[in-house]
Amino acid sequence: MQLAKELLSGNRLALSRLLTQVENDTPEGRSALIEIFPHTGKAHIIGVTGGPGTGKSTLVNQLGLCFRKHKNPKVAIVAVDPSSPFTGGAVLGDRVRMRDLAGDEGIFIRSMASRGSLGGLARATAGLVQVFDAAGFEIILIETVGAGQAEVDVARLAHTTLVVEAPGLGDEIQANKAGLMEIADILVVNKADRPGVENTLKALKSALELAHPVRHVFQHHGQVEVVEAPDQAEESSWIPPILKTIATDGSGVSELIVEIYRHKENMRESGDWAARERSRLGSELDAMLQEALVFGFREKIPASHYEHVLDKIIQRKLAPRDAVKTLLNGGSK
Amino acid sequence: MNERKIRVLVAKPGLDGHDRGAKVVARALRDAGMEVIYTGLRQTPEMIAEAALQEDVDVVGLSILSGAHMALVPRILELLKANGLENVKVFIGGIIPDEDLPRLKEMGVSGIYGPGTSTEEIIKQVRESVKN
Repeated sequence: MQLAKELLSGNRLALSRLLTQVENDTPEGRSALIEIFPHTGKAHIIGVTGGPGTGKSTLVNQLGLCFRKHKNPKVAIVAVDPSSPFTGGAVLGDRVRMRDLAGDEGIFIRSMASRGSLGGLARATAGLVQVFDAAGFEIILIETVGAGQAEVDVARLAHTTLVVEAPGLGDEIQANKAGLMEIADILVVNKADRPGVENTLKALKSALELAHPVRHVFQHHGQVEVVEAPDQAEESSWIPPILKTIATDGSGVSELIVEIYRHKENMRESGDWAARERSRLGSELDAMLQEALVFGFREKIPASHYEHVLDKIIQRKLAPRDAVKTLLNGGSK
Repeated sequence: MNERKIRVLVAKPGLDGHDRGAKVVARALRDAGMEVIYTGLRQTPEMIAEAALQEDVDVVGLSILSGAHMALVPRILELLKANGLENVKVFIGGIIPDEDLPRLKEMGVSGIYGPGTSTEEIIKQVRESVKN
């Protein structure tokens, strides 16, 4: 309780300690989250995801600098790196790329290990974001684990999701695959000084056009043909822009910030912000409900009964789905 | 509920550019199940104390090969204290002459490791220091 009060009064040490309590899911962390919840809902949460080595940390570093220069908001950064599935240990190295942000009291960086989660974030990431939100950070940048193709949890947590690509990592088919590309609100081609950048831009652009068809006018066997966009194209008011950046020297980053603010404006006007808040908090509620129900239910089943049912499954006398029915009905078949 | 993880900040204050040792130690602590925040080369004492605050670490490991330890370490200890982190344990690795050891310990350094120290030894002492 004490930590939550000190957090709200702006104490940075209390903030840091509370982040640890929430990350470790301690009773103190849980009750603090309840206490601070009314103070959340103000921050613009921005997810930054993409493959390993595309330059996410370096880009986040530049975004932090640039946000501070533009409108001077308080900026929090949650940087997630993978835990070892074998030892549970982790080397969290995102700070190495964020040294330019040191010495600015308006920036707070917290590194997080994924602790066994597979969606590109850690289980407690949403909780940490709430703590920063309540502490008055207006911009919260979440950097995911170097995501492969399906680590898309960040899109459920963030208002604006940046997907970072770099030249030379894949062709058009990669760009058409399901997953990462679908969650992008803004596509960033980083390392734009590298060879192959034009190909990457082209591949992303054509993949994007499949997702968001537009009216096409082109020459086909000498004739001018027009392909009208299908009707549903009208519905989506936001077509993800593709931007080039060079995060090592900051090129393209202020343009990126302009797009991030433009996305926020667009969401506010279209009602998408409210819709995202609803689905964001809804999926959080679902996850908690599931956890609580399963935990509560498992507590009520005597361990011996559970083991007995499990034995039957192992002996192939009971299919798992039947076992679930048996357990839910409280029967002891 | 998650178990409590030991969090360690590994940093290289000062101007020497040899980070091999720091990386070896970071890796060994990782393999011992700890969460290691690696901050890299040429960190100022202010950067280290600030990172220790933001990351809420239990331990700060400093790698110093430049000979500037008698200037850097007291400053870092002082800044940690100013940030309210007097409970954070500080370990040093690198080239530290014997005659400086007593004074560093007196200042509150928990462990000092020269070349040839086994990583097991470091892991053991880090674990013990956090327990207390």
